[in-house]
Amino acid sequence: MPSIKPIRTEKRVRTEKRAVGERGSTAMTSSSRPKLASHMRMRFDPVRQQHVLLGPESVVVLNQTGADILAVCDGRRTVADIVAALRGRYDRVIDEDVRLFLARLAAKRCVEICVEIDDE
Amino acid sequence: MSSPARRHPPPSTEAPPASRGDALRAAAQPVGLLAELTYRCPLSCPYCSNPVTLGDYHDELTTAQWQRVLAEAQELGVLQLHLSGGEPLLRRDLVELVAGARELGFYTNLITSALGLSRRRAEQLRAAGLDHVQISIQADEPALSDRIAGTPSFQRKIEAAHIVKELGWPLTVNVVLHRRNIDRVAAVLDLAEELAADFIELANTQYYGWAWRNHGALLPNRTQLERAEAVVRAARERLKGRMEIVYVLPDYYSRYPKPCMGGWGKQQLTVTPNGDVLPCPAAHSLPLPRASVREDSLAWIWALSPLFQRFRGTDWMPEPCRSCERREIDFGGCRCQAFQLTGDAARTDPVCHLSPDHDIVAEKVRAANERTGIRDGVLTPRPHRGHPSSG
Repeated sequence: MPSIKPIRTEKRVRTEKRAVGERGSTAMTSSSRPKLASHMRMRFDPVRQQHVLLGPESVVVLNQTGADILAVCDGRRTVADIVAALRGRYDRVIDEDVRLFLARLAAKRCVEICVEIDDE
Repeated sequence: MSSPARRHPPPSTEAPPASRGDALRAAAQPVGLLAELTYRCPLSCPYCSNPVTLGDYHDELTTAQWQRVLAEAQELGVLQLHLSGGEPLLRRDLVELVAGARELGFYTNLITSALGLSRRRAEQLRAAGLDHVQISIQADEPALSDRIAGTPSFQRKIEAAHIVKELGWPLTVNVVLHRRNIDRVAAVLDLAEELAADFIELANTQYYGWAWRNHGALLPNRTQLERAEAVVRAARERLKGRMEIVYVLPDYYSRYPKPCMGGWGKQQLTVTPNGDVLPCPAAHSLPLPRASVREDSLAWIWALSPLFQRFRGTDWMPEPCRSCERREIDFGGCRCQAFQLTGDAARTDPVCHLSPDHDIVAEKVRAANERTGIRDGVLTPRPHRGHPSSG
């Protein structure tokens, strides 16, 4: 498919406080159960010594906190559970930071909210 | 993750500022590698951006050479691998290359016409770990699509798109827009929705290679563009959360130039079928020293070769770019376009309304709007195949 287009790679999710999640599919509340979208892959990049989140034509470079959050997003834990899990590791976790971070990634379709869960 | 409790930094997706230092470090790590595995192609689209000198690229890199290039790219920091061409499926070693690329950790994208993507081949690629498939479609219906592609191909593309979804890949449908198909945007979006595409790229033609040769007949008029943009706006709202629409403007109609490749030698590199390394896939057209993986390491080429250093950063810029507040936003636009339109690759991209050469672009836009018919002008198809032995 050789046609040149401006390359969009290395979109970084910026920290602007845009209204996200107003629509059902990306609304992120403390009871949402987020997981990485199936087309996304997170891995540690040994060259940059940072975690990166990779998807179709997108690269998101994560800091350690961001990577720690995503590592526990399994589609079963709620945002509240995730905050609680992080509390074991960090001495201060701001719920709102975590929720906004996940909402931003959901708006970019990097994170999905699971609706069907096996509650056993 | 055995770290003791520490102060919680806000979660972030921002990279820290790139470290500075010696010349090697001054070149930021590349993010993406476009591997143009072959320029052979079953299609003959007149908007193709492959070089018009296809005959110069018959001597393709071997499997082992590509594997070396990929290993070097990984060490250099490349995260995304775009396997393209020509038609990458014409490389018999594609599955092997994908498997190796996945082992190196790349996110692997196949950019394909889908001709040759049989179920068997698709299953092999899936097993090899291919991450994402991008299928080009020339229009929403067979007659026009096949006419633009120069070969019966529409039905096979649709079948392949179904296979891609069945096997669980994310699917991007890519449609290059031009004067002869842009009026079909609404139907193209419906088709993509029907195919359950996750992404659709509606990219207006960029005028390089064969597309440059055909630009007079490809450039849409303003009415066509305005209609298409209205359709895209409405579809974005309607499909929010289901299908992401990327719409690329034709830069001849823009006020400012595109930030070509995100800056010269800044994020991206291209390796052509014969092993040439380029800051952008069209840069073979520029009168600059060559760089080839057959002669030098990718790391040296990226950081230190005269080719990659020529337009890196902002020091090379003439006015009005040099003092422009957008110089780090659009990087002076496209070097290949500047060369193509003015004969000097170091001038401001004439697309910019501030460029002293902007009248060249304005004249082309005027001509496109004077012609009324959408089928006016002659299109030269690129040859089906760039390889003499493949017929």
